[in-house]
Amino acid sequence: MNLIEWAQNPWGQQIPIHIGWSLLWVSAIGGLLFLIAHAIYVRYWAKAVTAHSGAPAATAGVGVQVPERVARHSLGSRLFHLIMAIAMLALLVTAFLPKVGVKFAWVTYHWIAGIVLTISVIYHIFHASFWLDFWSIWPDKEDVEDASRRFKRALGQSAPPPRKFAKYPLENKLYHLVVMLAGLTAIGTGLFMMKRVQTPFFTRNPYLFGDMTWGWMYVLHGLAGIGFVALVTVHIYFAIRPEKLFLTKAMIFGWITREQYLEHHDPARWPIKEPPSEAGQSKSKSVPA
Amino acid sequence: MAVIHDVIPAFELFQPTTVDDALALQSRHGAKAWVLAGGLDSFDWFKDRIKRPEVVIDLSQIKELRGIRAVGDGLEIGAMTTLTEVVRHPMVREKYSILPNAAEAAASPQIRNQGTIGGNVSQDARCWYYRGGWPCYRAGGNICYADTPTGLNREHAILDADRCVAVNPSDTAPALIALDAKMVIRTPKGERVVNAEDYFIGPAIDITRMTILQPGDLLTTIRIPSTWAGSQFYFEKARDRSVWDFALVNVAAAVVTSGNAIERIRLVVNGVAAHPVRLTAVEAAVQGKPRNAETAELAGQLAVRGAQPLQYNGYKVPLMRNLVKRAIRGVGAEEAA
Repeated sequence: MNLIEWAQNPWGQQIPIHIGWSLLWVSAIGGLLFLIAHAIYVRYWAKAVTAHSGAPAATAGVGVQVPERVARHSLGSRLFHLIMAIAMLALLVTAFLPKVGVKFAWVTYHWIAGIVLTISVIYHIFHASFWLDFWSIWPDKEDVEDASRRFKRALGQSAPPPRKFAKYPLENKLYHLVVMLAGLTAIGTGLFMMKRVQTPFFTRNPYLFGDMTWGWMYVLHGLAGIGFVALVTVHIYFAIRPEKLFLTKAMIFGWITREQYLEHHDPARWPIKEPPSEAGQSKSKSVPA
Repeated sequence: MAVIHDVIPAFELFQPTTVDDALALQSRHGAKAWVLAGGLDSFDWFKDRIKRPEVVIDLSQIKELRGIRAVGDGLEIGAMTTLTEVVRHPMVREKYSILPNAAEAAASPQIRNQGTIGGNVSQDARCWYYRGGWPCYRAGGNICYADTPTGLNREHAILDADRCVAVNPSDTAPALIALDAKMVIRTPKGERVVNAEDYFIGPAIDITRMTILQPGDLLTTIRIPSTWAGSQFYFEKARDRSVWDFALVNVAAAVVTSGNAIERIRLVVNGVAAHPVRLTAVEAAVQGKPRNAETAELAGQLAVRGAQPLQYNGYKVPLMRNLVKRAIRGVGAEEAA
């Protein structure tokens, strides 16, 4: 099994041309193995390791101020997630179905989906930078400390229980980080690769870069692509896990319940910024957080 | 360019005598196996060292793949029937004269004696960058050397290019599509029959193949229905050298007229895309119209709509337009033009 396919160009140079497509199966199987390992971990060990620290202390007196529905994702965020997910699935289907024997004219659909993904990601960057709490998705010091506590407890060592999560759990933040890296790699290389095919946007110019640069660009694009096979598999798995369903539901409807908020999140780390003005409204209306 | 060697690399040769044996060998050796018909395409690859199969399955000893038979509704031509046999067969000449005309336009007499109709329709692209062994799209790479500002693309595609701009070089393929032929394919799962026009695929669908044949598949028979028997046929091939060359553009038409009006027509061009192009829009436009210069002009204009010439093959647009016009005008058009 070759990690990278090499070829000799007309000038006698050995150049990479793309990844070995058998890596697709490595990624798919790796994703499935992760699911199995995680499911076993959650079933037998996770509770002892992840039991949170004194919830009453952290949330004392807060419950009464929390509305019945706590807004988690704005409409803009949810629409971005939906459009990005559709574009990503379209990209994966158009990229990899032909590789597994389902032949169709995929190139045009692929770059259109790529353009949609690019626009949605640009929107997300601006939206998250200027309208959302930008730092809420990045791992912070408390996340690292809590991860260390969990790890020690998993090894049977003595460690204080980890705190409740902020708006996003650490694994969610790490997932976002990896997806961001893979996504920006795929988008960056993909936009240049559009210079190699007929589109209404660019004049074709396969000599924009040398063969070696193009080759590595195809390799990076391929690696990001097969990486997404595992990442999307894992994402869908978490989305349908029973204990995570409330988060999935929040990505559809935009809110979680007061009980879910108090059970899973630390109000000190994810404060509700705008408490309800009237008690009556808090029962039926969600509040941005 | 690839270095031409005197001898070809060693391979293990199998000469099965039945289709079942050939399929079993293909199944056993998988991607290592190369199916050899007349050898005109294959030996070029082997001698250039571009393709180095470990196993070659020579079909020449399979009698059931040879010969032309009259069946209830037309003809059956074995895939290993030589082009010369197709050219000389009396029934083919009498009822389906477009096919011998096309077959006779292929290559030279010596090559037609050896080359088979199955091989002619299934041959690979002749783009010299691809045949030279460079890592182009068709060879599994990520570039088309012909479709660059400096690429030599005089013989390449003006229609339906998708990254690769190679063209289908077959002369018999457009004639078979004009006759609404069916291709009988034996696969490991059984027999499959497809329309001739669906037998060929472009780079958008699969950039590394010219036909729908998958590894392990075998084209066994070409069936020609009687639907177009005795129609008015037109085949013309434009090429650089009249004695022996691949088509720059060729055109094949089967026409049934009522009075002077075109009642039914099938019109196909090749050499302009990676697959023979059936001009269904032109067929629809000329149906019911008189077979005259005015209709021919309309057909010619319509035929080249959407053509996207490359740096050096712009001449193919008027060439294709004029060949279509001549096909609509019919026999005698060559003299009249």
